Amino acid sequence: MSPIVKRKGEKFTLPSKWLLFILTIICTALMLFTFTTDFFDKPLGTIVGYALVPFEKGIGKAGGWFSSRKDEFTQIKSLIKENQSLKEEVARLTEENTLLQQDKYELNKLRQLFELDEQYEEYHKVGARIISRDSGNWYSAFVIDKGTDDGIMKDMNVIAGGGLVGRISAVGPNWARVTAIISDNANVSGMTLATEDNLIVSGSLKGMNEGVIYFSKLVDSKGAVKAGDKIVTSDISDKFLPGILIGYVLTVEPDNNNLTKSGTMIPAVDFEHLSEVLVITDQKQIIEE
Amino acid sequence: MLSFLFTGALILILFLLQTAVFPVLLPLRVLPNLLIILTASKGFMKGENAGMAVGFICGLLYDAFFGDVIGFYALLFTYVGFINGKFSRVFYPEDIKLPLALITVSDLTFGLTAYVFLFLIFGKLDFPYYFIHVILPETVVTMVATLAFYPIILKINEYLHKRQRKREY
Repeated sequence: MSPIVKRKGEKFTLPSKWLLFILTIICTALMLFTFTTDFFDKPLGTIVGYALVPFEKGIGKAGGWFSSRKDEFTQIKSLIKENQSLKEEVARLTEENTLLQQDKYELNKLRQLFELDEQYEEYHKVGARIISRDSGNWYSAFVIDKGTDDGIMKDMNVIAGGGLVGRISAVGPNWARVTAIISDNANVSGMTLATEDNLIVSGSLKGMNEGVIYFSKLVDSKGAVKAGDKIVTSDISDKFLPGILIGYVLTVEPDNNNLTKSGTMIPAVDFEHLSEVLVITDQKQIIEE
Repeated sequence: MLSFLFTGALILILFLLQTAVFPVLLPLRVLPNLLIILTASKGFMKGENAGMAVGFICGLLYDAFFGDVIGFYALLFTYVGFINGKFSRVFYPEDIKLPLALITVSDLTFGLTAYVFLFLIFGKLDFPYYFIHVILPETVVTMVATLAFYPIILKINEYLHKRQRKREY
């Protein structure tokens, strides 16, 4: 074999400089277009949806099988121990449950008395499986196996394990991209559950590596917010439904301006081991102007 | 024609590996950039045009799934293909040093560019942190992945090249 791999016969007549020029213009045009409109999102989403999603679903299933086998072997021992403590917990919880049920009767009665709107009661949800993750190492986004065909729309909220995961940022016929709240380009308007102080929860790459997310702009002049407080999505968020648990306060520190506070919090969702999520199909009410 | 099919299949397989298989199987926080390996390899093996074409498709695929604006990664990958294509004149298949160096530099440049356009312009100035925690680890795992994947890409390329020559005579 000759030491030099010959280049292909000169069938191409287009000089590479021109091709580069043309592709640069195409890409720039695409960027400008998609920045201002969502004209290309749909056809491109449909194409990749049909070309890739079936494969990814299969791989996701196989991968899930493999990793669950792996987990099985490593976890048997810890499971036995866990089982014992869980049994104790079941006993404790059963007791607690009966108490709570009594509370619930009381709550219902009181609700009827006050004729409370039941908007926080229950959101409609659709389960979905994660089939692919952002391959770049900059953001935390993933693709789920449900799309517009299943009634999923952009900006719907995604939860898992009782906590907020993120929201749908792009959607195709049979797939949707979820941008996680820990992602560097994500901001959520939240509030502390106990004191109802508003704050902004911002994902960040730095925090992602340390397992925390940052919050800022907390107005808390009394200093009532402390570590362990629950943070939920706020009533004034325009994309997120109110009252979804985001996480727990870890540290609070006053800002330099002495008016607001910022700090870190631990997300309620374990983002490292996420395989299934729930998409809330109710959307925040948007006021048309 | 066959060459197109092979390359298309290769893009598809590497994309799936990178986005669906590796995140599940590898316990790594930072994952190798297989599409860069493919784009750069095509570039220095077959010249600027092939590199650009492969890069453009890889980038577009990536943009469609994960990009905020479509075209950003496509443009980045296209340039990676083009610049690596410039080295096709000094490329020898027996030597792995040049490909390894080219792919490493490509990935490093890719990471730096991504940082500048996705983070720096939004006021995230802590460059040392991002360099040490994202760009550098990604480059290292990509180097390791190169050692595994580059020979495969090379074999496929040689096979296609042989077929091509047989047909020509």
